[in-house]
Parts: sequence; C-alpha cells; structure tokens
Amino acid sequence: MTGFEGANLAIDLLNITLLTILFVVAIAIARLRSLFAIVMLSGIYSLVSATWFVALDAVDVAFTEAAVGAGISTALFLGAMVLTSRTAKAEKGATQIVPLLVVIATGAVLIYATIDLPGFGDATSPANTGVGVEFLERTYPEIAIPNVVTAVLASYRGFDTLGEVGVVFAAGLAVTLLLGFGERSMGATVRREDRESSNKNDEDAS
Amino acid sequence: MIGAAAIALVIAIALMLIRALSGPTLYDRVLAVNSLGTKIILLLGVIGFLTGRPDFLDISILYALINFVSTIAILKFFRYRSFQVSLTRRGRGGPQ
Repeated sequence: MTGFEGANLAIDLLNITLLTILFVVAIAIARLRSLFAIVMLSGIYSLVSATWFVALDAVDVAFTEAAVGAGISTALFLGAMVLTSRTAKAEKGATQIVPLLVVIATGAVLIYATIDLPGFGDATSPANTGVGVEFLERTYPEIAIPNVVTAVLASYRGFDTLGEVGVVFAAGLAVTLLLGFGERSMGATVRREDRESSNKNDEDAS
Repeated sequence: MIGAAAIALVIAIALMLIRALSGPTLYDRVLAVNSLGTKIILLLGVIGFLTGRPDFLDISILYALINFVSTIAILKFFRYRSFQVSLTRRGRGGPQ
C-alpha cells in the first residue's frame, strides 16, 4: 500500500505545483499591459489548467479546455487584437481595488458552499443514490454505448445538445463576421485601410 | 524514477514561465509558449504513469497536435496579419 500512498502524495504535490503555476500566470496577466503577452499567457493558463483537469480525472472538460482555451481562443484573441491597440490603458487606483474585493467575496462564498458538499466518492451522496444509478444501469442495455456521459449527451439529452450546437453555431458565425471572412467584415476593412495608408506612404516617399 | 522526471519537468516549466513572463521580444514569448506546451504534454504522460493509467498518453498526443497548430497559427498571424492567406502564397509580405 506504500506505493499507492506514495503515488497519492506525488499527485497532491503535482496539483499544488500546477495551481501555483496558474496563480503566477494569473497575477502576471492582471499586471501586464502588453496585450500580446497577455494572449500568450492566457494560452499557457488554459494549457496548464487543462492538465490540472486531467489530473483531477475530468478528461472531457480538459479536452474542451485544451481545444477551445489554448487553441481557438488564442487565435481569436489575436484576430481581435488587430482591431484594437497593442497595449492596454493603465488603470486608475480605485478600479483596481473594487474587482479584488468582488473576487475575494465570490471566492469566500464558493468556499462556504463547499462545506455542504458530500465527500469525494461518498456512496450516500445524491449523485450516487438518485437518478444517476438508473442511468448507469440502463444505458448499456438500452443503447449499448459504453461511455455513459456520451450516451446522456447524445441520446437521452439529444434535443438539448442540438439546441446547444445551434447556439454555438450562431456565436461562431458572429465571431467570423466580426473578425475574419468576407469583404465587408470588420477585419477585412481594417486590413484594407492599412494597405491603402501604406500605399499612400509609399507614393509620398517616391 | 518517474517522480524525478516529474520534478525535472516542473523545473523546466518554471524556467519557461520566467521566459514567457519577462521575454523582451514577441518571439521569445512564442517560443516559450510552444516549449512550455511541450513540457506540459510530457508532464501529462508522466502523470499518467504516476497514477498507473498509461492511456493518458493518448490525451497528450492530442495536446501535442493542438499545441503545434496553435503555434503555426500565431506565427502565420504575425507574418500576414490574417488567417485567410495560404502559407504558400507569394507576394506582399510573403516569401519573395
């Protein structure tokens, strides 16, 4: 059993290390003013937190975090950065205190809420006594998908997932219209203006 | 043995983090992010072996793909200021 306990200790240490890295990156993001550095650091933040999710055994959440947080949103942030400036404005003193207080209050409320949670792996918790047991027993005989989460998402809750896909499609359409595709999109307009002004500069120079 | 590998990886991650935080130029930061992503992928594999579940390797391979694609996207973005340009296009801003 000592080997198992040693592995547990190592996992605890890894969790603490990953959380420390997340803390350092978050502080740096809050303090930096260069938007490019912030985009890069938020990519790091997503990747580290995805790893932490894997260590916590939430592999599906970790997949989403890695693909969306580290992959797509870095690209989207860069696309948005072209439309704005490269550095953020310096903040005034009062605006720095108020968000800190809000965050501390929210964190205290969340920690207070964890007191009422059932213990990890508790057999008498609502998740293990209510409808969850029913799903675990009936999923495989009914639709023969070994992963219960997939079965619930794609079959039992299929219409809900269809609606979610519609929402995500609309959001993606809005973002591409703003940033990317087509002659009249905001990104294309900014690029065209850039090109015209640089052409004018070239003519002036010659 | 695997614990030693994990410690070495954590130290490497800390060094990459320092470079990403302080890195004077843009390319320092891109390189730090890419290399930190590689270390994270390796750490994920090590965590898999620490907990006795080597199937984490599959997840880390997927992370490697995402890391590669996003680095290419960032660098392409800074070359062309757009994602719509094909990488082989010649002309303004492209390879002459």
